[in-house]
Amino acid sequence: MDGLLLLEQTFNGLQFGVMLFLMAAGLTLVFGIMDMVNLAHGSLYMVGAYIATTFTQWTGSFVLGILLAVPATALVGIAVEVVVLRTLYDRDHLDQVLATFGLILFFNELVRTVWGPAALFSDIPAFLQGQVEIIPGVPYPAYRLAIIGVGLAVALALYLIVSRTRMGMLIRAGASNREMAGALGVNIKLLFTLVFGLGAAFAGLAGMMTGPITTVEPGMGDPILILAFVVIIIGGIGSVRGAFVAAILVGLVDTIGRAFLPQFFRLFVADSTADAVGPAVASMLIYILMAAVLFFRPQGLFPARTG
Amino acid sequence: MQALRQPRLLAQLILLLLLAAVPPVMTAIDEPFYTSLFTRIMIFAIAAASLDLILGYGGMVSFGHAAYIGVGAYTVGILSFYGVDNGFIQFPLAVLLSAVFAAVIGAICIRTSGVYFIMITLAFAQMLYFLGISLEEYGGDDGMPVYRSEFGGLLDLYDANHLYYLVFAVLAATLYFGHRLVNSRFGMVVRGMKSNSLRMRAVGYPVYWYRLTAYVISGTMCGVAGALFANWSEFVSPDIMHWVRSGDLIIMVIVGGMGTLFGPVLGATAFLLMEEYLPEILEGTAPGAGEHWHFVFGPILILIVLFAKGGIFGLFGGRERGDD
Amino acid sequence: MTEPVLAVEGLVKRFGGLTATDDLSLSVTAGEIHAVIGPNGAGKTTLIAQLSGDLAPDDGRIRFAGRDITGLRADERSHLGLARSFQITSIFPGFPALDNVALAVQAHAGHSFRFWSPARRDAGLREPAMAALDEVGLAARAGIVAANLSHGEQRQLEIAMALATKPSLLLLDEPMAGMGIDESARMIDLLRGLKGRHTIVLIEHDMDAVFALADRITVLVYGRAIATGTPAEIRANAEVRQAYLGDAHVG
Repeated sequence: MDGLLLLEQTFNGLQFGVMLFLMAAGLTLVFGIMDMVNLAHGSLYMVGAYIATTFTQWTGSFVLGILLAVPATALVGIAVEVVVLRTLYDRDHLDQVLATFGLILFFNELVRTVWGPAALFSDIPAFLQGQVEIIPGVPYPAYRLAIIGVGLAVALALYLIVSRTRMGMLIRAGASNREMAGALGVNIKLLFTLVFGLGAAFAGLAGMMTGPITTVEPGMGDPILILAFVVIIIGGIGSVRGAFVAAILVGLVDTIGRAFLPQFFRLFVADSTADAVGPAVASMLIYILMAAVLFFRPQGLFPARTG
Repeated sequence: MQALRQPRLLAQLILLLLLAAVPPVMTAIDEPFYTSLFTRIMIFAIAAASLDLILGYGGMVSFGHAAYIGVGAYTVGILSFYGVDNGFIQFPLAVLLSAVFAAVIGAICIRTSGVYFIMITLAFAQMLYFLGISLEEYGGDDGMPVYRSEFGGLLDLYDANHLYYLVFAVLAATLYFGHRLVNSRFGMVVRGMKSNSLRMRAVGYPVYWYRLTAYVISGTMCGVAGALFANWSEFVSPDIMHWVRSGDLIIMVIVGGMGTLFGPVLGATAFLLMEEYLPEILEGTAPGAGEHWHFVFGPILILIVLFAKGGIFGLFGGRERGDD
Repeated sequence: MTEPVLAVEGLVKRFGGLTATDDLSLSVTAGEIHAVIGPNGAGKTTLIAQLSGDLAPDDGRIRFAGRDITGLRADERSHLGLARSFQITSIFPGFPALDNVALAVQAHAGHSFRFWSPARRDAGLREPAMAALDEVGLAARAGIVAANLSHGEQRQLEIAMALATKPSLLLLDEPMAGMGIDESARMIDLLRGLKGRHTIVLIEHDMDAVFALADRITVLVYGRAIATGTPAEIRANAEVRQAYLGDAHVG
């Protein structure tokens, strides 16, 4: 019984992990290439979820809704980059923190004004509502499997973009050495805008797909943003590979920790103590993981910046 | 130089005197609400001033200082929960615990710098926030009520004026200590590290330990603000550690003028007054607009960053640079 | 034979495929000005960074004042008497010149966990700082905010900060960098004044300055020391001529 639960929780952790990766991928590129703190990335996750919900209602099709919402979120991201963030690249980190903090307040209030303060519920599309047997006799929700599938597909696509295309080469050059990318005669401004749009699309996609299994509400992107930070810190700023490994790691550790730590503590202490301490420790587990990684590797698991 | 410094010193003294005069004036005009409001403002002024020690003077952008307000507040709250209301026990313990938390968290954060430092301080603050939520015994998400501290009959914190003057005294002590600190040998090292830490290392400073010490001092002072906050609100909940509160503290420092001692006081005043009255003002322009005040505040913040970095203090004769 | 102040043995530093310091050995005796020259990319700055402790070598030993300092941090080396100046001016631009030097004095006047007394009224810091400023000829500029000093004055300030730590060895990384003729001449006079009283490792592009000041010269090419000797020996060295001086202007 426990083995099945573990399998199920592993899949849940995987699903959480690929979501985190979608968030962290864009963020780590923005940090790595532009050396910029962008707190508003979580807002794009939220905006993506809202836009997708609306488009799904208009078109009556979840897939169509997402297909329309991804480019729309990318456009929002590009607009934000062009209007506000572009002026911040040369500023110090403190300015970036404050201005993007202002953006969060603005976006949270914007969706509250446009869509109302109440949480929206969007349905899982009919064709993904059932369960699938991952191994015979073990059913698992089809929608969550779909999320894992889409997440892995995007990770693969991103890997191909970064490792095989000219844009990817420039991104890698930029992450390890910004001056060199400039010296290559690259249109840095355009590259930044495109990378930002790409990151926004990923963040939005994460929000859209999480929508049906949680709720779509103002501020929904903020906690996930901080988790994405943890992922980036563990993975190493600027490294897409690091973001992937760390996202899966964080997803698994968090999910499995929450599911099993209280039981685990029961082996050593009284049940009541275990039930109190277990959740407390579980809630801190990924931060402890982060601290441990930093202690041994201050630059993260896969440091991208070399000089 | 002395002559140049006088007006600023005078302005600061006048501000302190004005703050000292709040309770009797408010009592006289029968507006006790303002005594409470200014108590809260001064509590956040203490927190903002302590953040400014490392942010403005030390160049360390800590995005997690609300965590120490939480540690201080929860120390008072949990002791109160177990019936320990003695302030002479609560406050020293709040100081000790926030120092310990700051030392442990700082020991890891200080190893990094730049973007990393910002994100890690934020992440650790979030850790304590979630820890607070998971503490079901102490109210979890909803928090728990707190009895105000007792000081053996010396002070009655349920008297709004007593509470006010306690907070006022702590604020004045914080500012005086801050003034001594930033001009001391240690303060010069902190400022030097902001300016050029590579050079500091080359002339022989073990930068890590000085950074860590500054961080611990700052976190501890924030913890005192937290202990006062628990008394003021008679309530603690994880919400005081929410990451937006950490952002608020940074805003107070920046809006007031960072790298100054009085800037954070002005910043806390401006910020909390704005929080209190901006919704009302907006409501006046269009019904229903009040609840969406962040809609206006967000862009205001961006504009301040882009165009007015000196802060309020900057309007009064620039930042304190060489001497203060 | 007295032990050298600084002895570098078999130092190696690689960056990826590039060997920036290649089995380098070097010894500096007390009281001399030992110049290290070499064409661009010879690894001079990499060498200084390893000597000062900002960069860890991949292999080899650095001995200073009779002890192995290879594993020590920059601040620890400073306390053993090693001081440096930077190729790209590294000062505290927002502080007055005197404060810049006072910070350097303070680093060597006990610990700085002193939280109460005003440092700017501390004669124990101000007077030695003023003396160091005087030594480099900046006494009259003590109250000027460092950012407002001229480039040449900022370079002098760097030297003053290094001197203020009472070093037994000065590492000077291109002190003449970016200077005009007059400023360079003043710097040469300044360094000549230090000669004999301080042991100096001087990295410099300006050959006039090197041959005017140095007691001994080590020539670095591709991270390797190809020759060490007096200025006259270096001038006469065929290998040096071929590898380096052949394509450079020699004074």
